[in-house]
Amino acid sequence: MSNTNLKVKVWRGAQEGEFVEYLVPRSPNQTVLDVVTYIQRKLDPTLSYRFACRVGMCGSCAMTVNGVARWTCRTHVSKILVGDSLEIAPLNNLPVIKDLATDMREFFNKWKGAVGFFKGDKTRYDDFTKVQPNSEERQLADAGIECIGCGVCYASCEVVQSRPNYLGPAALNRAWTLTNDVRDVQQLERITAVAGDAGCHACHSQGSCTEACPKSIAPTASIAGLKKLVARAAVRGSRWGKL
Amino acid sequence: MNQGVVQAKLWYAQRISAMVLGICVAVHLVIIFYAIRGGLSAQEILGRTQGNALFAFFYEIFILACFVHAPIGMANILQETFPKSGIAKPVASTLGLFILVLGSIAVIGLYTGGAS
Repeated sequence: MSNTNLKVKVWRGAQEGEFVEYLVPRSPNQTVLDVVTYIQRKLDPTLSYRFACRVGMCGSCAMTVNGVARWTCRTHVSKILVGDSLEIAPLNNLPVIKDLATDMREFFNKWKGAVGFFKGDKTRYDDFTKVQPNSEERQLADAGIECIGCGVCYASCEVVQSRPNYLGPAALNRAWTLTNDVRDVQQLERITAVAGDAGCHACHSQGSCTEACPKSIAPTASIAGLKKLVARAAVRGSRWGKL
Repeated sequence: MNQGVVQAKLWYAQRISAMVLGICVAVHLVIIFYAIRGGLSAQEILGRTQGNALFAFFYEIFILACFVHAPIGMANILQETFPKSGIAKPVASTLGLFILVLGSIAVIGLYTGGAS
């Protein structure tokens, strides 16, 4: 196995650029991130890419590999190889800074736009809020809580492509976990932020985000939950008030 | 009212009208299959629906559900396909008006037997 070479086409440039082919030695248990690192260390030190933890926790190494957005540190070459070729490009739906590194600002700003952050009203002098592990809210929040913010779902979403102001699956999934957080105090603000065609109601329920999510989260289900919650709040009101 | 809230309400209206349409389409198909199994002509069918308020009522509900459902979906498709054209609202509104007017004329025809 280690005698053969991989033909790896890597995107070089920014928005404008081209694929450049490199020959990388094949090794057992090689990940796509290993391949990119080999190119940068041994073949071309000018290659830019982003990674940190290498163990699937930080969410910084996502790239488009053979046309599909993936977390490269946990993607084994053997699982996705077509013949002896790999094509590695930056994530879709995000501006390219250089080579494989994209500008993630818009992606994270949309989390803010979806009020995807916690705000409580307790101080250190108050008692802890008791949340039962088997309560419905806790279970619903649990289903989406493991997001590492890698942007794979955002890059795979067709609606993000056609509606640039759409908040996207990751931000909406985060908003959904927070609507199920009984300690949070900005629920009305949040469901107003995620209402409508820039928010959850633009989702086609096509499920590309769910299919691509490396953490096996189902943002499609989270968004479906938001759609119902928000539409009901707009028409009949919710436990936090009417929109 | 916040634009997002309006869109959320439209989404809700579209889902509710879809539920109504689901039932209406099923009933309509059953009626069609039942009516044509003996080879009735359109004229003969109209002869039987004439003066029947239940038929008129059912089909007017059908029309109203279409009137709510189709323009919202059409507006969404147009907005995503031609985001900068601004045609979504006028085209969808025109479609809605056509469905309501033409559909209601058809229901009147159904009730009066096409004599009007």
